[in-house]
Amino acid sequence: MNRTLSRKLLGSMCGISSPRLSFAQSAVNTVQRQKELIKSRELEKDELRPLYMDFQATTPMDPRVLDAMLPYQVNYYGNPHSRTHAYGWESESAMEKARKQVADLIGADPREIVFTSGATESNNMSIKGVARFYKAKKNHIITTQTEHKCVLDSCRILEAEGFDITYLPVRNNGLIDLKQLEETIRPDSSLVSIMTVNNEIGVKQPIKEIGQLCRSKNVFFHTDAAQAVGKIPINVSDWKVDLMSISGHKIYGPKGVGALYVRRRPRVRIEPLQNGGGQERGLRSGTVPTPLVVGLGAACEIAQQELEYDHKRVTVLANRLVQKMMSEIPDVVMNGDPDQRYPGCVNLSFAYVEGESLLMALKDVALSSGSACTSASLEPSYVLRAIGADEDLAHSSIRFGIGRFTTEEEVDYTVEKCIQQVKRLREMSPLWEMVQEGIDLKSIKWTQH
Amino acid sequence: MQHEKNYTEINMASCSRAQVISLYRMLMKESKKFSSYNYRTYALRRVKDGFRENLHVDNPKTLDMLINQARENLAVIKRQVSIGHLYSAQRTVVEKEPHL
Repeated sequence: MNRTLSRKLLGSMCGISSPRLSFAQSAVNTVQRQKELIKSRELEKDELRPLYMDFQATTPMDPRVLDAMLPYQVNYYGNPHSRTHAYGWESESAMEKARKQVADLIGADPREIVFTSGATESNNMSIKGVARFYKAKKNHIITTQTEHKCVLDSCRILEAEGFDITYLPVRNNGLIDLKQLEETIRPDSSLVSIMTVNNEIGVKQPIKEIGQLCRSKNVFFHTDAAQAVGKIPINVSDWKVDLMSISGHKIYGPKGVGALYVRRRPRVRIEPLQNGGGQERGLRSGTVPTPLVVGLGAACEIAQQELEYDHKRVTVLANRLVQKMMSEIPDVVMNGDPDQRYPGCVNLSFAYVEGESLLMALKDVALSSGSACTSASLEPSYVLRAIGADEDLAHSSIRFGIGRFTTEEEVDYTVEKCIQQVKRLREMSPLWEMVQEGIDLKSIKWTQH
Repeated sequence: MQHEKNYTEINMASCSRAQVISLYRMLMKESKKFSSYNYRTYALRRVKDGFRENLHVDNPKTLDMLINQARENLAVIKRQVSIGHLYSAQRTVVEKEPHL
């Protein structure tokens, strides 16, 4: 506890004067400091499993998806590119059926879907692919400060290759400024990449307006829709999207598979990242993993059928969580726009409580503070920093994920435990004591001993 | 002839009603057997809500399609329940008693 307190005080001191690292560097900070506070330890045999409330990190597979995949793991194991026997033909037919299922979910043509190993590969393919193909005439790429690490890292690599990248800032509610985007687009801009739904704070960007803008200025528009596909209605023609990344394991499908939507009219050209036998229109060579893509297809079909039901339910549960939390304890801030969001991703900051201690105290619930890919370092999430959250509030944020399989019981249990632990941790915090006495923390002059 | 036709229609309708009720019961019975808390609660809830949603469907073609879908889902649930038992894990913290 002493350590937690001194870190808190340090945080308050340093937050004011520390130099801001170029956020691209800090976001891909490769100094992975060991997380000493939460020791990773597997469950004992008879220990009860924690509740899963981390649906943005990954999702459990829907039983219907597993059921669709198993035959292709057991008996129908042919290579879909084998043209000379039934094993190949049945595998290819399954692959094409899956392609149609994915295409139907986003309103695309099956010929526009390329199967990849996940959204990270799709993001890499689209950003590097478009940039390098149009390199001769266009040298500028636009993205935002709250993108997923794979997008930011790809842009960083392109910067080293000589491209010019603009990282648009976001407003306090997490949304980009359309005016600013319009001013940033130049005649030599080849690509705009903005994610549909953010994985940390759940905000939904105005994709339709951005698509309209990009089409009018003749710039390609890529969106990372990993957290949005199957959760909100998507139509790539309506939205005028040219490239879209899809992830299997975010929509109750298998891990290790994803897809990339590449528009054919008007044609988007990409320089392929992975070369070989010319599979997937030459854009992504390599044997297509039939069981995985069958799973992805089934997941997409189920998501399309269940979209309305799931969305309604998730909204009700999320409101229940937030209302209860905010009515029982004071000084809770929700990060991100309250309206333009996907309800299933709730990011709350509990003032005067340290995020890590709260997570440790809530050991019966599987939660996260900051996204899974940044949680190894002790730095607060770059997304929260980009929306201008106070340094201390950024350290005390927790992300609650609600999904298809979440029950009211789980939400109630989580909320109760959370309220209990926040109250307990605040009792122990001298900062909280000072606030109760009416002292304004920002006016304190901290001295060194 | 008309009389016979009506008789057949009524017969089919009551047959369908019994079919539907028995399907519902079978689906609920199988769903209770899931060893995973989340899958179990989801299946029970979704089956109940699904049947409630389609309570007033009249069109025989739609009914047939829905009944077939329900039959397929029953087969999926049976298979997945077995798999869950083969690879079961510990209970979650909200489960009150050991699942039978």
